[in-house]
Amino acid sequence: MNLHNLTIREIIEGYTLHKFSSTELFAEILGHIDQNETKINAFITNRTTEEIFSDVTDNLIAIPIAHKDIYSTQGIETTAASNILKGYIPPYNATSVKRLSTNNFITIGKLNCDAFAHGATGENSDFGPTLNPYDLTKTPGGSSSGSAAAVAAAFVPVATGTDTGGSIRLPASFTNTVGIKPTYGRVSRYGVIAMTSSTDSIGHFTKTVWDNAYILSKTAGFDPLDATSSHEPVPDYLLEIDKRINGVKIGIPREYLLNIDSVILNKFNEAIDILSHLGAEIVDVSLPSTEYAINAYYIITPSEVSSNLARFDGIRYGFDRSKFGQEAKRRILIGTYCLSAGYYDAYYLKAQKVRTLIINEFKNTFKNIDVLLAPVSPIMPPNIGELTNDPLKLYMMDVLTVPVNLAGIPSLSVPAGFDNNLPIGIQIIGNYFSEKLLYQIGQAFETETQYYKQTPKITERNNE
Amino acid sequence: MKIDIEYISKLAALSLSDEETMIFLPQLNQILEFINKLNECDTQDIDPTFQVTGKINEFRDDIPQDSLSQKDAISNANQTKDGYIVTKGVFDEST
Repeated sequence: MNLHNLTIREIIEGYTLHKFSSTELFAEILGHIDQNETKINAFITNRTTEEIFSDVTDNLIAIPIAHKDIYSTQGIETTAASNILKGYIPPYNATSVKRLSTNNFITIGKLNCDAFAHGATGENSDFGPTLNPYDLTKTPGGSSSGSAAAVAAAFVPVATGTDTGGSIRLPASFTNTVGIKPTYGRVSRYGVIAMTSSTDSIGHFTKTVWDNAYILSKTAGFDPLDATSSHEPVPDYLLEIDKRINGVKIGIPREYLLNIDSVILNKFNEAIDILSHLGAEIVDVSLPSTEYAINAYYIITPSEVSSNLARFDGIRYGFDRSKFGQEAKRRILIGTYCLSAGYYDAYYLKAQKVRTLIINEFKNTFKNIDVLLAPVSPIMPPNIGELTNDPLKLYMMDVLTVPVNLAGIPSLSVPAGFDNNLPIGIQIIGNYFSEKLLYQIGQAFETETQYYKQTPKITERNNE
Repeated sequence: MKIDIEYISKLAALSLSDEETMIFLPQLNQILEFINKLNECDTQDIDPTFQVTGKINEFRDDIPQDSLSQKDAISNANQTKDGYIVTKGVFDEST
């Protein structure tokens, strides 16, 4: 048995039945990483075996985890994948890191991403691109590139990520993994390096829907250290996860089906048939303001980025501002322009009004349906290097994911099959705090399709 | 509408090389053109949404809580002296 291929649910079961010990599990997984990491480049920082085992030895139910490198991890270098923070050692843990570590999740390393989470392919990292375990010539998607690749490559059963405009769902769809973008405020943002404060959402990648729900049940809930985190009670996401989806009304927003790669559309239509066969009712819906979401997002995001990155002055931590990468500089410049005197009303304020339109359309739609179903990416995973010199084309990869972030509603990306061995994902979008329902639908779909069982063959591909 | 990159980079405290300016200028104008599409969208009488939680304020009880030690708080500073962070002078440009 390859222990690294186990899901969290199987690891917990294995411990309960004494099939293997935590030290056996960690030793096998670290060996698997040793053999394959140079091909994938998922990690920026790996803790040493000694450091990891000092945490594992006394913990009989330890589960490995790795965090996107914009999560503050006490005593472990945190770079945001940017040279400006190289060498930075956080003196405290992000709330989600803390909550997971008190629930027996042992950090084995920090994961690559686009610098400051700006990007859709992971190629804006100052530490080199992460490669897609399903095809090493392709990007795994971004910005949480290393997180998606690490779970797909079975380096860890769970990795944290952030979804500001699609940075969890997009890479999840490119890597056959399950990614949650929770409701804004569902999980504390404390200690996660801020990008766009009004849309940053703290989520994670897993191999299966059950595992994903399990992790959210640990990270969700009010945190006094994040004033935007919600007091809404956290339901038991696992309690009725196998509930049948008979009669669930699923809306298909027609604006999300324009200009989509035909192979993605084919898989999407297959998914609709499967859900319909499982008893869901499929309804055609329209969200006309969708076409403006991407433009509004690329005003709001650089504006808030320019403000959040103003704190990088090289005095309290990090290096001076010349060490910012190109994309961070572009966003700071656009944001500064949009917020500068004379332009605020035309850009930032205008975008926030469009945001209201988008929110109202979602709210009205959810009066008649339970969830929306849409593709995640308009294109298949691009080749490494294909889009790096074209910022606008990269921005357009977010076109189907940003409306959810502007509204602050949750969305779950689940595997929907393959084309030419490359993964394709779909997203289930719900009303505020409807994660439990998203997991039930995701679970029903996964139980029927079981795409997660098609793991990548990293080694064989490299032996070809 | 063209972006005044010299003025904006000064506001943003970014010193750009000539090469960077050459790369960024057409890209930034292209991005501006892209976001200007919003002008087509009618937002008359629509209120802006700045945050989606609906929360107004979040207070905690006014009691002392643990915080970082002084040593930890300055542990990543470039230069420290007597438990303080050394920085450039505000009024004297030569320091």
